[in-house]
Amino acid sequence: MSTTAITPVPFGRRVKRFMADRPLIPLIILLVILVVILQILRPGIVNERWIANTIKFAIPLAILAGCQTMTMLTGGIDLSVGTVATMSAFIMATQVVNQDPAVAFLLAMMPAVLIGLVNGIGVGVFRVHPLIMTLGTSLIGTGCLQVYQRTVIASGAKIPDFLAWLGTGVTYGFPNALLLFVPLAALIVFTLSRTGFGRLLYAVGDNERATRLSGVQYWQVITALYVISSVLAGITGLLYIGLIKAPSLSLAEPLVLPSVAAAVIGGTSIFGGRGGYTGTIIGALILTVLTTLLTILQMPEGARRILFGLIVLFVTAAYLRIVEER
Amino acid sequence: MSHLLRRQGWVAGLFALLIILFIITKLIQPGYGSSDFGSLARAVLPYAFAVAAQTVVVIAGGIDLSVAAMMALTSVTAASMMNGASEEYALFVVPFVLAMGFVLGAVNGILIVVTRVPDIVVTLATLFVLQGAALLVLDAPGGAVAEWLKGLISGTVPIPGLPDAIDAWLPKALLVLVICLCVIWIPLRRSKLGLSIYAIGSSELAAFRSGVPVARTRIIAYALSGLFAAFGGLALTMSTGIGAPIPGPYLLASVAAVVLGGVALGGGKGGLLGPIVAVFVLRLVRTDLTLLAIDPNVTAIIEGAIMVAVVMFGAFITMRGRQ
Repeated sequence: MSTTAITPVPFGRRVKRFMADRPLIPLIILLVILVVILQILRPGIVNERWIANTIKFAIPLAILAGCQTMTMLTGGIDLSVGTVATMSAFIMATQVVNQDPAVAFLLAMMPAVLIGLVNGIGVGVFRVHPLIMTLGTSLIGTGCLQVYQRTVIASGAKIPDFLAWLGTGVTYGFPNALLLFVPLAALIVFTLSRTGFGRLLYAVGDNERATRLSGVQYWQVITALYVISSVLAGITGLLYIGLIKAPSLSLAEPLVLPSVAAAVIGGTSIFGGRGGYTGTIIGALILTVLTTLLTILQMPEGARRILFGLIVLFVTAAYLRIVEER
Repeated sequence: MSHLLRRQGWVAGLFALLIILFIITKLIQPGYGSSDFGSLARAVLPYAFAVAAQTVVVIAGGIDLSVAAMMALTSVTAASMMNGASEEYALFVVPFVLAMGFVLGAVNGILIVVTRVPDIVVTLATLFVLQGAALLVLDAPGGAVAEWLKGLISGTVPIPGLPDAIDAWLPKALLVLVICLCVIWIPLRRSKLGLSIYAIGSSELAAFRSGVPVARTRIIAYALSGLFAAFGGLALTMSTGIGAPIPGPYLLASVAAVVLGGVALGGGKGGLLGPIVAVFVLRLVRTDLTLLAIDPNVTAIIEGAIMVAVVMFGAFITMRGRQ
């Protein structure tokens, strides 16, 4: 007889709660809406080849956004991923001319590990804000790359066939890059949700003090995290050079801002402790489709950056509102 | 009292470091003279304004990541407005660009206060936005600058009654820097507003309970930061003669100089003099490296490493202070 028990929840709050509980569904709806708009603007553009192409370009972005997701879970950010990816790609392309591919690969991954280590020690031991720290190492990395470029200017560069195949090749309608990305993504998702290390990342981001008091060595977790992030960025660089096929000193730099935006759109909180990689992958797809859309609308690069900035701001503000109402 | 002594001691130590660096410079390059000092002052100008912009916000307990992007935007705006325009038109451009910096800075502050998103995220977002806006104004380095503006920072200040030998050590750029900073900073420091800025940086809650309008003070702090950044943008345009839409390394440099200048990253402590002296120290190190005939790219690496080390040191000190 208690009819008062069923109080109608306001529609707005119900939508908010729904979004907070299942962040993936509104994201997928947004992705579909964007694709539909694209199809309306350019009828016939959405076909098998376009989808393969979109996925190809979304994969490097998705891996870099994975670096951001993991660092953001601890309340950090990694702005050195662009420089690290560029360094690995450039070193690979220039070293493979004279060296065995395996040796070139090891040489290419060396700066990635090194920068990750410095980032991790700076953030974990010295407690520098991750943003400032990774910005600093990326400046140093760019300087090193410029010095390195002088020494190899005579030997030239070439893209290893394997990387070109991986980056641009399509087999039975599926981009070959998926061969790398699917296991990698599965590994990240598994690590974040099923392993102790993944739990630690959430714990550190959620309440650092409590985590430390329960016996976790903060600096070890953070150092490992930033090394992993850098290595992932290095692998992305190798994949990206196979896709772009033109080694330059600013190769992966344009991917940095979108990678942050993709992670934020995907529902990972920039304050740490909340989020996941599946959302980020869809965020990367959304941004890739959005970029196509903006290119079709002939929006200049500047407008694109403004849009990414506004996305980060609005999504974060909206996220705060949702959390505060709970 | 001991606190005051320690703070002044820090600045005095920086001055000593600066003098030692000058002596080292003179040893490396015996010919180092007044004209080199003039070019040092010109090189310092944009950095000093960037640091001033960062200092105000850091004292208020925040951080502004959009400093470099703001400088890029104001620089390209000034350069493209003055392109092909008359000399007198620049008289309008300068206040316009400064007002633009002030307003955009205030927007930063308003966004932080209204959305309650942490300052570091908001200014990261506005960094993207301002960078994009700079690219929309000019997509490649270009534009022009009025001749009198260029003349404003080149050469020396002729003071009647002083011998040329001393006169030569007073570059106009230094004078411009000192005047611009003093006109804004000294009245601010002595006013209630300045005190409020220190108060909210020291303890926001205590400031709020003592009746300081926290939101308004924070917005004004960011607006002043925008104003200083606009000065920096103008200085960039004045020294290069063009505007470049890609932000320079001013963000990291400003944070490093703020830390080296004795301003705690937690807020509420320090002044403007320390960071400005710190900028001179950092620039002079670069000059020395160049004089030692080190590859400019290697110089960039060393400079970056120094800045990172300084920031690490500052963070370490802050952490120790908290424990």
